[in-house]
Amino acid sequence: MEEILAFFYTYKESIFVIALAIFLGFEVISNVPSVLHTPLMSGANAISGVIIIGGIILLGHAEISFSVNFILGILAVFFGTLNVVGGFAVTDRMLDMFKKKNKK
Amino acid sequence: MLYQTLNGETFTLSAAILELTYLIAAIFFVIGLKLLSHPETAKKGNIWAASGMILAMISTLFLHEGDDGESIALTNGIVVVLTILVAAVLGWIIARRVKMTAMPQLVSFFNATGGIASGLVALMEYPGTTNTGILIVTLLGLTIGSISFSGSLIAYGKLDGKVGDIRASAMKYVNIFLLIIVVGMIVYLSSVPTDTAGALIYGLFVISLLYGVLFVMPIGGADMPVVISLLNSFTGIAAAMAGFIYGNQAMILGGIFVGAAGSILTILMCKAMNRSLANVIVGAFGGGAAAAQSEGGTIKEISVSDAAILMNYSQRVVITPGYGLAVAKAQHVVREMDQMLEENGVEVKYAIHPVAGRMPGHMNVLLAEAEVPYDKLVKMEDINSQLPNTDVVLVIGANDTVNPAAKEDPGSPIYGMPIVEANEAKNVIVMKRGMGKGYSGIENKLFLQDQTRMLFGNAKDSVQKIIEEIKNM
Repeated sequence: MEEILAFFYTYKESIFVIALAIFLGFEVISNVPSVLHTPLMSGANAISGVIIIGGIILLGHAEISFSVNFILGILAVFFGTLNVVGGFAVTDRMLDMFKKKNKK
Repeated sequence: MLYQTLNGETFTLSAAILELTYLIAAIFFVIGLKLLSHPETAKKGNIWAASGMILAMISTLFLHEGDDGESIALTNGIVVVLTILVAAVLGWIIARRVKMTAMPQLVSFFNATGGIASGLVALMEYPGTTNTGILIVTLLGLTIGSISFSGSLIAYGKLDGKVGDIRASAMKYVNIFLLIIVVGMIVYLSSVPTDTAGALIYGLFVISLLYGVLFVMPIGGADMPVVISLLNSFTGIAAAMAGFIYGNQAMILGGIFVGAAGSILTILMCKAMNRSLANVIVGAFGGGAAAAQSEGGTIKEISVSDAAILMNYSQRVVITPGYGLAVAKAQHVVREMDQMLEENGVEVKYAIHPVAGRMPGHMNVLLAEAEVPYDKLVKMEDINSQLPNTDVVLVIGANDTVNPAAKEDPGSPIYGMPIVEANEAKNVIVMKRGMGKGYSGIENKLFLQDQTRMLFGNAKDSVQKIIEEIKNM
């Protein structure tokens, strides 16, 4: 119990962020037309690539050697980037399909 | 290091600027997703979110300082940038080259990459962690990220037709058993020092991967959108867990925000099919008791030329596409037929059911690709009132979304799901490969009705033949 309280106290700002972000996420998505479900999912997927920041921090401070950790670090940055770039590019392409309709 | 002291706080300038850019990035994510949820602003929203991400990546690279106060060394920076460049080019090429029809798979694939990135970061940060809270968060990040990775890959395989459905009743128990092991391992590992855990941490990694596979395996292919949305929300949560490790608010906010948005989206998708999430996961569709009831009526076939004549001399034709259209890649020939009919004075519209195909919006995307004008695509709710005055409803590869049982038969597993009321039209032509049942595995009374005619065969071939017939008229 004490440990949980200590954890809460140390990370209180982050925990506030979490609590508010949950409500924000619910709020922003409600009342979305069903046609947009797929692009929205794809866009959200791209944002979940924020893990790339963790990858950059990890690899940025890692010792450069042919160790397992270094290779795993490269993989983390590689896959994180794939998620971010691929995710936003696919979303953009899907949304092009919607733009066409407006012109006509 | 240039340390500043102001009002008793000691900090470096670069650390302060870094936190500021994270705040801006987080705001960009929220604005981006907000804009993405409206059709007119969606494209802008995507750019906002992407800009936030680029900002956060660049500032981390230049401004981040490790626990020892050192910034990222030049050689490390070069390795990071090179890795990012290679992955970015690859990601861009994949995203641009893949066919429009394969979009759903692609989202799943990219979600898998995010999941494994989270899993790997947690796996590497695990050694040497002493704070129990951070230890739990790290283990959760590892587990959730890995499940998201392997689960998304299976979902990708299913949508791509590479992986079939495996349903065994014993699987439910295997999954529960695995889940208990995973939870047990997290509890144990969070209570022992990291250097005594040994290979157990890799054990958790492997079992989580296995659980992801077995979790998605029994879920039917048509439910994959819901599963991908759920796994997408998992990836967000895993990223947020990693954010805790670094005390990084942009990662925490971005991850949790996506996690929350993803779970709401999952629920919305379930609602559009009038099913509960639990129902999707357990896969209660098909094989149910309600499947029996095959009462009166017979199947009546129609020849290609009769179908062509019927449509050509109609005033109004409504095309109702389903997954079969996507499978047969018939959107271009359908568009061609539509143009010919319009030239002959027939009004042609498309009835779009919200869950037709394998993704919400799937039909819109396919038909847009064939350059069908957007105003011809009519939402289900709007077209239903017009159907009684419609001469022909042409159903192409749709089944459950036009099944009147959803309205009439309270015993049916799809009862309550909104449908395109094709049964109200004067004539119905159904293009189908064979007499197979829809995904829900139930009979469709529409096919037995007096005004319904069946045209069996590949939708693309059938439409092609109809075009030939209309030409010769």
